[in-house]
Amino acid sequence: MKKNWPVLTLGAALLVGLALPLATGASAPGFYVEVLLGGLMTGVLYSLVALGFALIFKASGVFNFAQGTMVLFAALAVARLAERMPLWAAILLAMAIMVALAWLIERLVLRPLVNQEGVALLMATLGVTYFLDGFGQIVWGSDIYKIDLGIAKEPVMVLDKVFQGGILVNKEDFVSAIVAAVLVAGLVLFFQKTATGRALRAVADDHQAAQSIGIPLNRIWVIVWSVAGFVALVAGVIWGSQLGVQFSLSQVALKALPVVILGGFTSIAGAIVGGLIIGVGEKMAEVFLGPVLVKAFDLAGGGIENWFAYVLALLFLLVRPEGLFGEKYIDRV
Amino acid sequence: MFYRENGQFKSSYAADQQMLPILQDRVFMLGLLLFAFAAVPFLASDYLFLSILIPFLILTLAAIGLNLLVGYCGQISIGHAAFMAVGAYAAYNLVLRLPQLNFLVVLVLAGFIAAAAGMLFGIPSLRIKGLYLAVATLAAQFFMDWLFARVKWFTDYSPSGSVSTATIEMLGWKIDTPVRKYVFLLGVLVVFTVVAKNLVRSHIGRAWMAMRDMDVAAEVIGIRPVYAKLTAFAVSSFYVGVAGALWGFVYLGAWEPLAFNLTLSLNLLFMIIIGGMGSLLGSYFGAAFIVVLPIFLDQVPAMLGVPIPTAINSHLQSMIFGALIVFFLIVEPQGLARLWAIGKEKLRLWPFPH
Repeated sequence: MKKNWPVLTLGAALLVGLALPLATGASAPGFYVEVLLGGLMTGVLYSLVALGFALIFKASGVFNFAQGTMVLFAALAVARLAERMPLWAAILLAMAIMVALAWLIERLVLRPLVNQEGVALLMATLGVTYFLDGFGQIVWGSDIYKIDLGIAKEPVMVLDKVFQGGILVNKEDFVSAIVAAVLVAGLVLFFQKTATGRALRAVADDHQAAQSIGIPLNRIWVIVWSVAGFVALVAGVIWGSQLGVQFSLSQVALKALPVVILGGFTSIAGAIVGGLIIGVGEKMAEVFLGPVLVKAFDLAGGGIENWFAYVLALLFLLVRPEGLFGEKYIDRV
Repeated sequence: MFYRENGQFKSSYAADQQMLPILQDRVFMLGLLLFAFAAVPFLASDYLFLSILIPFLILTLAAIGLNLLVGYCGQISIGHAAFMAVGAYAAYNLVLRLPQLNFLVVLVLAGFIAAAAGMLFGIPSLRIKGLYLAVATLAAQFFMDWLFARVKWFTDYSPSGSVSTATIEMLGWKIDTPVRKYVFLLGVLVVFTVVAKNLVRSHIGRAWMAMRDMDVAAEVIGIRPVYAKLTAFAVSSFYVGVAGALWGFVYLGAWEPLAFNLTLSLNLLFMIIIGGMGSLLGSYFGAAFIVVLPIFLDQVPAMLGVPIPTAINSHLQSMIFGALIVFFLIVEPQGLARLWAIGKEKLRLWPFPH
């Protein structure tokens, strides 16, 4: 096998960076593991949003900038509906709304723009983003809302035998990680085992060929956007229960962009692994690299997690443009 | 009947290549400039200057800058407010540290610094394009946001991270009243528009457009992609940097760390989509539209007796922006500028059927 030195170097550098705080004794092992777990949990949430991106890009070649807003919209819908009905009913109703939304987007935005180049479609989804931002907040209100999943929030101390002081973990984090895992497994089954899933993969491979063997493109797109809406709903409910439902949710979801670059635009596995890498990477950078930078350059506070993910993705673009699991071919210049 | 080129014969290359080949266009443009420079300062109110005309002029300059990159060279950027920030902070530090410099020199230097930053973040465009480039420019946005919020040197160690500027003075001419600001900005904008117009119809502009239309073909006919793309990033960032410096010094006067955030970047992009990509005139239309729409939404329902609450107003505004963008992309991808061109075509025949 041919060795890809730039990629190996970058990977090695990241690993060394990851190990450095432990190796130099800058952090206690217990605290280190806590940060690592915290990063993984954030990573799970990034993965969920990135999953929506990857699904839509795979099936329709649309880079859906609106995924973050869809997360916010779904979370708002659940939070507000749950005020009037039981949670499960609110979630079901919100799902119905997301399907209707998918249908509307296909009808009003995608169908007229079929065969346009990717950048025009990207800008169209930017328009959808703005529309949904405004629409969602007019319909559902723009305060901070809560979603209560009925899971205890207090942290639990585990492994206090292994590490001094033990590790604080949040029960809710574990539940969300499990939900994410179940969701991914379900999606994989759906894509691999059902007729609809096969049709989706056929469309992703080649639009024209799929159409010529009788797969209805328009319906497939509605399905894909609905699935993306469903993923957004799950992500929105989990995030909403942890951080509260508010406008900044759609901004945080922008982090999913570097995740899909890292993982590869079309890969479900890539979205998951990329999300975990970005989540851990930026948390580690914030906690361990941030103070070093602040001291060295006399900064007014850290906050490097705002851009670390993007810079990491940029580095990846330079050495491996197709991402970790992406298809080899990308539109090279 | 009145607007046609019949009988206007060109007898030299210079005449054939002039910017406005039709006499009526030249007369119209002259009249417009006269009106803008000589009449508007006496007619408009301070409110009109401060809340419409001044932001319009600066945002037009920024939109022209972004249009050079996105509309002419086909390289998408959703982080261009970052380069406005570079221009603004560069100008702030130049004025602070070298107070003897003329403000025009400061503007140009700030533009060059922004151009350098633009080229740096344009480097990924040599390997990637389209969606990947969009994310790369987003990286520029977030990195610059962070840089200017956190590195104290840029804001002269101000405790809140916000900076304020003194009144600009050039050769004894103080730019303090709204009218003076307007005239100064108009002058800058006219100069930059003429330069941009000549850039896009010269060798370099043709290279950009060839890159946009088909990069492989452009390379085959001898256009170097590195050169075309990096110059597009540099010139675009130069314009946007100058616009950022003006935005900070002339319009805002004092600004907070996140004054040049993602929202501003997206607004710039909307201006050129709505106004018309690949059209300088479109930059004017788009900027005017984006500046006027919020005020329109604010005032008109109130006049009609159904005032809209401010919170709803801003949401409504983003809904309308979003819907319009999709509408323009579907119905008229070349934006308002195309409608203007259609109007002109029609005017050539009017009132005759043929």
